Amino acid sequence: MQEEIIKNIILGEEEDYLINVGPQHPSTHGVLRFEVSLQGETIKKVVPHCGYIHRGIEKMCERDTYPQIIHLTDRMDYLSAHMNNEAVCLCVEKAMEVEVPERVTHVRTMLDELTRIASHQLWWCAMGMDMGALTTFFYGLRDREHILDIFEESFGTRLIQSVNTPGGLMQDIHPGFQKRVKEFISYFRKKLPEYDQLLTDNVIFRERSEGIAPLSREDAIQYGVTGPSGRASGFSCDVRKSEPYGIYKKLNFKEILRTEGDTLARYKVRIGEMYESMNILEQLVDNIPEGDYTAKMKAVLRLPVGEFFQRVETSRGELGVYIVSDGNKTPYRVKFRAPNFSNLFVISKLAPGYKIADLIAISGSLDLVIPDIDR
Amino acid sequence: MKAVIDYLKDIFFGLKTLVTGMRVTGRYFISPGEIITQKYPENRDQLKMFDRYKGEVIMPHDGNNQHHCTGCGICQINCPNGSIEIVTRKEMSPEGKEIRVIDKHIYHLDMCTFCALCVKTCPSNALAFGHDFENAVFDKAKLTKILNKPGSSLKKEVK
Repeated sequence: MQEEIIKNIILGEEEDYLINVGPQHPSTHGVLRFEVSLQGETIKKVVPHCGYIHRGIEKMCERDTYPQIIHLTDRMDYLSAHMNNEAVCLCVEKAMEVEVPERVTHVRTMLDELTRIASHQLWWCAMGMDMGALTTFFYGLRDREHILDIFEESFGTRLIQSVNTPGGLMQDIHPGFQKRVKEFISYFRKKLPEYDQLLTDNVIFRERSEGIAPLSREDAIQYGVTGPSGRASGFSCDVRKSEPYGIYKKLNFKEILRTEGDTLARYKVRIGEMYESMNILEQLVDNIPEGDYTAKMKAVLRLPVGEFFQRVETSRGELGVYIVSDGNKTPYRVKFRAPNFSNLFVISKLAPGYKIADLIAISGSLDLVIPDIDR
Repeated sequence: MKAVIDYLKDIFFGLKTLVTGMRVTGRYFISPGEIITQKYPENRDQLKMFDRYKGEVIMPHDGNNQHHCTGCGICQINCPNGSIEIVTRKEMSPEGKEIRVIDKHIYHLDMCTFCALCVKTCPSNALAFGHDFENAVFDKAKLTKILNKPGSSLKKEVK
């Protein structure tokens, strides 16, 4: 047994060439280190090492009261900060059996989808840049700016909003929110085809992504790959469909599924999700119900004794929040099931057999956010 | 022969996709009106942030140098990372009672995460968000601020 473990830790044989990608490599989107053993240019084995920016968020949650936890979850997957907030809020609301006003669920769903588009836009820029197309970086960020302006006008912050609180929102949306969202949708419907012209149809991009590193449906389920990366392999794992929260069960939208499972399929699922998110926003933007922006909550929140779990779909996959409460105003234990952690470790299954340059394309197509892995 | 035709086809197809991409970038190149970047340090005077922008925590004072802070310490309790310290002192009120007033409201901007819990939970609305965002300094101590101005006092109406 012990010999077997040691055999797995040691990367290659004596004549293999070992290199480190990272910890501070421009294409790793954070401090992540891949230990790669090569034979020529072909990858034999990849071992990801994480933990470079471990901050102990789960432990810090045990110190804080429930409203104070919210701002820590922003710092996990910062590109889907609002979904992380919402997951904790939904879990606390479920435990306390609080009915939140309809306006809150409505606005939260809209913010979810806006965050999803913004996150996919940034992924698109970074993926293009990883593969050598610097132009995409500027085009993606140009469109993302419009969403960040919507957030900034309503909540005062751009990347991480910290606007959720157990029971509702901290402040109401700005009167100009609806107008800005409508402007954004009509603007982005015109600009999204440019993404296809610039990158999707490009011959160099196609050659480097089509048929590269296919992930089968069985492997996706085995490794727990969720989100767009899992759906590209035909694994229907959208929590919005399977266990609808918020207002999703009243909405009419498609779950984007593809069967190829290669790098290009993972890319196309995300592009398709941007169109789908805009459809959802169009259904919601005109009928935001009037009402309070927060439910009446006690000054000090105490959860009943027990265990509570809530899943949401972030822009990278399924986030689970598990709270154990012993009746105090701070939780006894908090555990986050982070989507990126599972999505990262599938890379040691995908990459072997492909070239070292493909490793960057594969990790780009998995859309990893490192702070979410380390927490 | 077929292989040669396929080879040439591939080349022309590849060139076509490259030209499609170049057409998009070329269109922006000849129409600079669609460019949205701002020249930041030069446009400082015209730069206007949104009303709700969260730059830093401030304590608004009125014309008589009076604020709303009673020194109750709720913001200090609610702050998740200890960026607020409140120092109070005892004073004699005109009626001859000993009351607690705020001496220093110390705010560590370097530790603040802008979660807005202090501003939202303040019972007397003494705190607000300011619009200043240029916080690059050489010395970290400059980011520790005392929010109540020297010589300021509590507004009479605030209990």
